[in-house]
Amino acid sequence: MIVGTLSKITGPVVIAQGMTGVKMYDVVRVGAAGLMGEVIRLEGDLATIQVYEDTSGLRVGEPVESTEGPLMLELGPGLLSSIYDGIQRPLPVIASQTGSDFIARGTVVSPLDRERLWDFTPAVEVGQEVVAGDVLGTTPESPTVTHKIMVPPGLRGRVTKIVPEGQYTIDEVVAVLDDRYEITMTQKWPVRTGRPYQRKLDPTTPFLTGMRILDTFFPIALGGNAIIPGGFGTGKTVTQQSLAKWADVDIIVYVGCGERGNEMTEVLKEFPELEDPRTGSKLMDRTILVANTSNMPVAAREASIYTGVTLAEYYRDMGYNVAMMADSTSRWGEALREVSGRLEEMPGEEGYPAYLATRLAAFYERSGRVLALGSDERVGSVTMVGAVSPPGGDMSEPMTQNSLRVTGAFWALDTSLAHRRHFPAISWTKSYTLFLGQVRPWFEENVADDWAEVRERAMFLLQKETELQEIVQLVGPDALPETEKIILEVARMLREDFLQQFAFDAVDAYCPPKKAYWLLKVILAFYDAATQAMSRGVSLRQVLQLPIRDEIAGLKTTPHDEAIARMQEMVTQVADDIAGIEVL
Amino acid sequence: MARESLIEHSLLTVEYQTVNYVTGPLIFVENVHGVSYNEMVAIVMPDGSERSGQVLEVSGDTAVIQVFEGTQGIDVDTTRVRFLEEVAKVGVSVDMLGRILNGAGKPIDGGAPIIPEKRLEITGSPINPYMREQPADFIETGISAIDGLNTLVRGQKLPIFSGSGLPANELAAQIIRQARVVSGEQFAIVFGAMGITHREAAYFMQQFETTGALERVVFFLNLADDPTVERLLTPRAALTVAEYLAFEKDMQVLVVLSDMTNYCEALREVSTAREEVPGRRGYPGYMYTDLSTIYERAGRIKGRTGSVTQLPILSMPDDDITHPIPDLTGYITEGQIVLSRHLHRRGVYPPIDVLPCLSRLMNLGIGEGKTREDHRAVANQLYAAYAQGRDLRRLVAIVGEEALSDTDRRYLHFADEFEKHIIGQGQVGRSIEETLDIGWELLSELPMSELKRVREFIDKYHPKAKESGASEMGDI
Repeated sequence: MIVGTLSKITGPVVIAQGMTGVKMYDVVRVGAAGLMGEVIRLEGDLATIQVYEDTSGLRVGEPVESTEGPLMLELGPGLLSSIYDGIQRPLPVIASQTGSDFIARGTVVSPLDRERLWDFTPAVEVGQEVVAGDVLGTTPESPTVTHKIMVPPGLRGRVTKIVPEGQYTIDEVVAVLDDRYEITMTQKWPVRTGRPYQRKLDPTTPFLTGMRILDTFFPIALGGNAIIPGGFGTGKTVTQQSLAKWADVDIIVYVGCGERGNEMTEVLKEFPELEDPRTGSKLMDRTILVANTSNMPVAAREASIYTGVTLAEYYRDMGYNVAMMADSTSRWGEALREVSGRLEEMPGEEGYPAYLATRLAAFYERSGRVLALGSDERVGSVTMVGAVSPPGGDMSEPMTQNSLRVTGAFWALDTSLAHRRHFPAISWTKSYTLFLGQVRPWFEENVADDWAEVRERAMFLLQKETELQEIVQLVGPDALPETEKIILEVARMLREDFLQQFAFDAVDAYCPPKKAYWLLKVILAFYDAATQAMSRGVSLRQVLQLPIRDEIAGLKTTPHDEAIARMQEMVTQVADDIAGIEVL
Repeated sequence: MARESLIEHSLLTVEYQTVNYVTGPLIFVENVHGVSYNEMVAIVMPDGSERSGQVLEVSGDTAVIQVFEGTQGIDVDTTRVRFLEEVAKVGVSVDMLGRILNGAGKPIDGGAPIIPEKRLEITGSPINPYMREQPADFIETGISAIDGLNTLVRGQKLPIFSGSGLPANELAAQIIRQARVVSGEQFAIVFGAMGITHREAAYFMQQFETTGALERVVFFLNLADDPTVERLLTPRAALTVAEYLAFEKDMQVLVVLSDMTNYCEALREVSTAREEVPGRRGYPGYMYTDLSTIYERAGRIKGRTGSVTQLPILSMPDDDITHPIPDLTGYITEGQIVLSRHLHRRGVYPPIDVLPCLSRLMNLGIGEGKTREDHRAVANQLYAAYAQGRDLRRLVAIVGEEALSDTDRRYLHFADEFEKHIIGQGQVGRSIEETLDIGWELLSELPMSELKRVREFIDKYHPKAKESGASEMGDI
C-alpha cells in the first residue's frame, strides 16, 4: 500500500509527498479523518489531490493513503430510487448513520444496501458459453424495472455454476465462469471511463418530452443531447424537472450539480410522491438522484456529472432508454475552473482551463443510442439534457459556446419571455435542433403525414410576427394592413394557446405529440379561413369576436383524447363559422 | 476536530517568531509544525497587543496567514505568532439578542460580556439535502411590494439588489422593524452589517433604539474602516448564531446581511494578495462556491421547528444586474427584489421595481391558511395590469395619449396609481390583508372584463361587486 504525507494544503487542493507508485485519478484517503480525494497531478513523488470534502483542520504531515484504484461506482440492484451525493454516497444513509442533519466529513457508507435480499431468476445454464454483456439472470428492482445481471465488461467463458432461482444479497456469488471468475449481482466501474458497447446506432426515435414547443419545434432523438441555457429566473430548473417527470424514457438520472439546496429538496419531496404517468407506479421507482448542492465540496461537484452518466450507461447496457438531466453543467465547469486555478494552470478564456472544450466534448459524447455488449442484441440509449447558466445571461461565454459545439440542440431560455410570465420561456427564434431530419420520419408515420408541413407553417407565422413586431414598435399597430394584423393575432394564439404550457396543470403538464399537432392544425385552419374571409371584405374585428376562439384557448387544458376528437371536428367547424360571417 | 470546545487554546502552545514576508493582509510564517488548514492564530505585535488571523495555506513548514485587523505595524523581527489549534469559532447564546457585536462576535456595546452556551465553528457544515424541509409559511415584512407580489417564505433566501444612493438601508431598517411571523411563533433577527459607514451604523442604531426593535435583534457590526478581512467572518458568524437560534432554540430567524458587495470586495482583496488567478472582473473563480456557503445556510430541517431565512442586501455597481456579484447571487438565491433608480428619482419609497423581481418560493408561503385565498390571483392580476400599463407608457411616448383607447388609458392610470399606492407606501407597515385590499381597490378602476385572473374572487373581494352585488357584472 502507498502511504505518503501531506505537505501542502490550499482549500480543496492538497499536495502529498512520498506518493511514488500512485497513478493519475487514483482515489486516496487524506489525513487522519480519511477524507476522500483524487490524484489530479503527479510530479516526482509529489501527488496533487483534489479532496471531495472540506479540508479545514487538515495538517501538514498527516498521512495520505492510496486505495490504488480510480473513483469507482458500485453498480447493481438497488440503485433506482436512491439519492446520492456526487461520489455515490447515499444521503439518507449518511443522515441515519451519523445522526446529524448536516454532512459530516470522512463518512464512509456503502452505496447499495448489502442486507437486502433480491429475487434472482437465472437466465443461463451450466455449460453455456457467455460473453461480456450477456444476461446471467434478472431481478425485479422496482415494480416497473427489471434489473439484468450482466457479465461484466472484459469477461467471457463457460458458465460452471449458476445459482437456482431464489433470494440473494448483492454480495453472494450468483454465477462462476470457467471455475475461476465469481460473479455477484454488482460490478464496479470507473466513473471517468465510458462503459463499452458494440457500436453506436443512428438516433431515429424522438425523445418525447410532453412539452409542445420542444416536441413540435425542436425535437431531439433518443440518444441525442441538448442544452438549456438561460439566465437566472428563466426557468431552467422547472424545465429540467418537467422533463424528468414527463420524458418518455425508462430510467431517469437527475444530477443536481452545484445548485440550490431548497430546489433539491423540492425534487426529493416531489419525485417520491409523483405518479409515473407511464406505469402508474411511483416516478421514483425509475429515478436515480445525484445531489451535490452548491455549498457541498467543489471537487465532488466535478465528479457528480460523471457519476450520473456512468449510472445512465449502466442501465443503457441493460437495453433501457435513459435520460440524464444535469442541472447545471456551468457549475461543473466552474468546479473545473476552481480546481484548475488552485493548480496554478495557465488560464484560457475567462479563467476556464484550456481543456474545458475537450472535457465537455468527452462528456456529451457519452450520450448515444447503442447496440449493447452481449449476444442478444439489446439496444439502449442515453439522452442528455444539460442546463447551462451563462453569467449575466451572456451566451457568448465559454461554457455555452463550447457546449453548443458538441450538442445537437439548443433550447434557449429567454429572460424577456420569463418577465412576461410566458412559460416555458423557451425562445422560438433562438432555439434550434439538428435532429429534425432524423426524427421526421417517425412523426410522419406516427402522428400525421403532413406533420412537417404544419410545423413549418406555424414556425413561419411566428417568425413573421417577430418581424412585424419590429414595425409595430416603430409606427404602432394601426399602420399595418389587415392581412398582417391577422398574422399578429394568429401568432398570439400560437403563443398563448400552443407555446405556453402550464407545468402545474394536471392535464397541460404533458401534451402528447398528436394533440400538439391537432392544436396547430386548428389554429392554422382558423388562420386560413380568416384570411379567406377577409379577402371578401369581412373585418378582423368580426373574425376575432367568434366564440370558437375561446374554445381554442381552452383546448390545452381539455383531457387529451377528448381534445383530439373535438379538434378533428373543429378544423372544419372553424372554416364554416368564419365562412358564415356576413360582410357588414 | 474532536477537541474540548470551551478551551480557547492549549497552555502549551508554541509561539513562533519566524514571520518572513508580509504583503497586504497576509503574513508568511516559516518553520512551523503541526499547523492545520483554516486554523485560527493570535499575532502578538511588537508592542504587545494581539491581533487575530487565520491560516489560508500550509505548505511544508510555511504557513500563510490572513490577519483580520490588518498588517500595519507587523514586523518580521519581533512579531510572534501563536497557533490556537482550532478553526474559527463563535460563542453563541440566546443572550446575544439585543446586543451589538463586532464582525467577529465580540460585544462592542459596552454591556456585560456574553457567556456562551456553546462555541461553534463559523464555517458550518452543508445541510444534508435529504434532511432539508421544503420552505413554507409566510414572513410578513410589512412591505406591500414584497408581501403582496414577491412573498418571502420561511427558509428562503431573497436578496435585495440595490444601487449606490438608493435607500436599501432604510428599507432594511424598516423590514427589521416591521417583520413578523403571522402565527406568533418566536421570531428573531440577526443583522450582519459588513463595511457600512458610521453614518449608516448610527442610523440603524437610532432606528432600533427608538422603535424598541433591538431587543429581538443580534447586531453584528463591521464598519467600513474595520479590517477588511474581518468582513469575511461577519456573515458566517451571524449565520452560525442564526442557525443556533433556529435549530436549537426553535426560533424563526430572519438574517439580514448588508452589504454583500463589501463582502465580495474583501474576498477579491484577499484573493489578489494571495496572487490567485483572477476570474471575471478580478473576482476569484471560487466566488460562486464561496457565496453559496453563505446563502445556502438558509433553510428548514426535517423535524425541527425553527427556520433560517435570509435577506441579503447588495449594491449593484453602476446598477448593472449582470455584474458578477448580483449575477452569482441571483444564481444561488431564490429570487430577487430589485430597487429602481427611476422610481427613487420620482420620490417613490420603497423604490421597488416589481417587474424584474421574483420570489421563486412564493407559492409555498401563500394562499388560504397562510395569507389569503385570493393572494395568488390578485398578485398575478396586479402584475399583468402593471406590466401592461408600463408597456403603454412607452407607446404613449411615441404616439401620444390621445391615440389610446379608454381601456388603455385606464391601464396607464392604473400603473401610476400602482406605483403611488402599492409600491410607494412610505414608512408605514402594512399587513397582508391591507396590501391585498389596496390591490383590489386599484383593480376596481379597471373594466370588469379585464380582470381575467381574479374572476373567481370578484364577488367576494371586488369593492364594487361587494357594494352593488353583481349589478356591474354585465360589463363582462
